[in-house]
Amino acid sequence: MEPNIDSGFLSATLLIFLSAAFTNNILLARFLGMCSVLGVSKKVDTSMGLGVAVIFVTTATSGINYIVYNYLLIPLELEYLRLITFIVIIASFVQLVEMIVERVSLVLYNALGIFLPLITVNCAILGVSLFMIGQPYSFLEALSFGAGSGFGWFLAIMLIGGIREKINENALPKGLAGPGITLIIIGIMALAFVGFSGMISI
Amino acid sequence: MADTPRNILTQGIFSENAVYRQVLGICSALAVTNLLANTLFMCVGVIFTTVMSNVTVSLLRNHIPKRVRMITQVLIIASYVMMVDIVIKATSPDIHRFIGPYVGLIITNCIIMGRAEAFASQNRPWPSFWDGLAAGLGYSMVLIAIALVREPLGFGTVLGMDLPGKDIWWYQWTIMVMPPGAFFMLGIMTWIARARLVKE
Repeated sequence: MEPNIDSGFLSATLLIFLSAAFTNNILLARFLGMCSVLGVSKKVDTSMGLGVAVIFVTTATSGINYIVYNYLLIPLELEYLRLITFIVIIASFVQLVEMIVERVSLVLYNALGIFLPLITVNCAILGVSLFMIGQPYSFLEALSFGAGSGFGWFLAIMLIGGIREKINENALPKGLAGPGITLIIIGIMALAFVGFSGMISI
Repeated sequence: MADTPRNILTQGIFSENAVYRQVLGICSALAVTNLLANTLFMCVGVIFTTVMSNVTVSLLRNHIPKRVRMITQVLIIASYVMMVDIVIKATSPDIHRFIGPYVGLIITNCIIMGRAEAFASQNRPWPSFWDGLAAGLGYSMVLIAIALVREPLGFGTVLGMDLPGKDIWWYQWTIMVMPPGAFFMLGIMTWIARARLVKE
């Protein structure tokens, strides 16, 4: 009757995924990736494209950054170089993925390609890496944290995109249209996500 | 409009304010504004970074090849952010524990990239200095305004000091210091600013 001990490893990884996606949603609780949300979330299709690209890139870069930080920067006592290292890794990884996707599949490139350059300056990606090194995670847990954060961001931007599509034609007071009303929608959504807090504590 | 320091300043702070007009750099605007002290640290860091990276990008603007322009700018910004990060960590470790990740995120703050790319890469260092200062001050103005609402309503304090007569009238409005409060406040600020200040 102690599932946490029997399958501790698996459930810890799963819990990190769930808490990153719901209780500590990277967009709604940690405010990261707002610029792209306000810019891109007008439609569900584009939201989905960017969301999928973000899931992929956060998972991969948090894995790479974990290895570089723990096996390169810490042994060499170069932790203060982490910001510049992470941003270079993210930028070059995104560039690499863009080139590979362009070669391998034009369909995928047309669906995701235009979003990839946007991702370099998406603070959610760098933010995930910075929050990740603040926690005592193992490599798998770091991957799961990256994937969970990306999934949470995907979920949030999809929901916002759906609501914005609905209210697109509605009349709004002067000055509220655009970012104003989007921020208020996100605020209400964040209220709903506050309901998840306390369900998982790690 | 002539590029006098005065014009650049008023434009950057009010009519072209980065936060409510161009909607840039709002991640940190939301995250650090629940306490005024955190906000002030963040503002100083952002002003320093915008000014210094604008001047540096402007000085190097004729030497950076076009193809590697973006990555060079990111590296310039990242170096200044590292300085800010180290200084805050050394002087106030308590505040650094909370705002640390967000200080690192100044690198991807679109205001700074935006000013470096749109202004500094085509202008001389002196106007770029003023442009960076204006962008930083405009950003700080909005952040401080939001923090001045959130901290008193959420904690009943300003800069950690109790408001006068706090025990008698004040009731803790927790939502203001939680994430939703940040979104609502920024949404309302954008609304007011756009309806009043901005001529469409």
